[in-house]
Amino acid sequence: MSAVADRYAEFQELGVDVISVSVDSQFVHKIWNDTELSKMVDGGVPFPMAADTGGAVGTLYGVYNPSLGVNVRGRFIIDPDGVIQAMEVLTPPVGRNVDETIRQIKAFQRVRETEGKEATPSGWQPGGKVLKPSADLVGNVWKEWNPKDAYGGKGTK
Amino acid sequence: MAEKLSCAGPGPDVKGAKAPESAPMAEKREAAPRCVTVAMKAPDFTAPAYLKGEFTRVTLSDHLGRWVALCFYPGDFTFV
Repeated sequence: MSAVADRYAEFQELGVDVISVSVDSQFVHKIWNDTELSKMVDGGVPFPMAADTGGAVGTLYGVYNPSLGVNVRGRFIIDPDGVIQAMEVLTPPVGRNVDETIRQIKAFQRVRETEGKEATPSGWQPGGKVLKPSADLVGNVWKEWNPKDAYGGKGTK
Repeated sequence: MAEKLSCAGPGPDVKGAKAPESAPMAEKREAAPRCVTVAMKAPDFTAPAYLKGEFTRVTLSDHLGRWVALCFYPGDFTFV
């Protein structure tokens, strides 16, 4: 969570509220923040750390593992209408990539701003080529986009 | 909006949560999937929380009108 806290300013600039959730109590969250996270991130964790003791919230989102007794890593991007636009679920040993979360938020915001008239192809980065779905584009994506355009033009072998 | 401290305070509340609804963009089907997935309304919840020195409660639906990154993780004091 420190990696997300460290990039909190970017989330705020994008108008994104962050909520973290684990099965630890709010009291444990406080001590983790005060004794450890605040040493990694100036000022400590700037977003609410929710206490899902018992895993009811995680169960609702399909990320609670009853045999482990914890919520696995689950990241949900929720739009202003309260609709889940993206989800990523990982087992505990591998951490998230905050860059990818931010990239996906920017992409979903672009799609929303254009009311779905634009779609972002694989590896899209802000400033990269977008596609405008239409009848004419069917079978013609190859004229508009190439895998080499992905990742800011770094999609080359 | 600090919450009164109590060892037996209320835990997370998902009782008001309805079964996931399809968002308007998703095609309505008779048997809706039980698990959440993309293009569905995020189930609402309220949970105790720690925020910047205060004990409070967080409710997902209070954030309607904003984007939200909801991040579950296995536990405090873990390594990754």
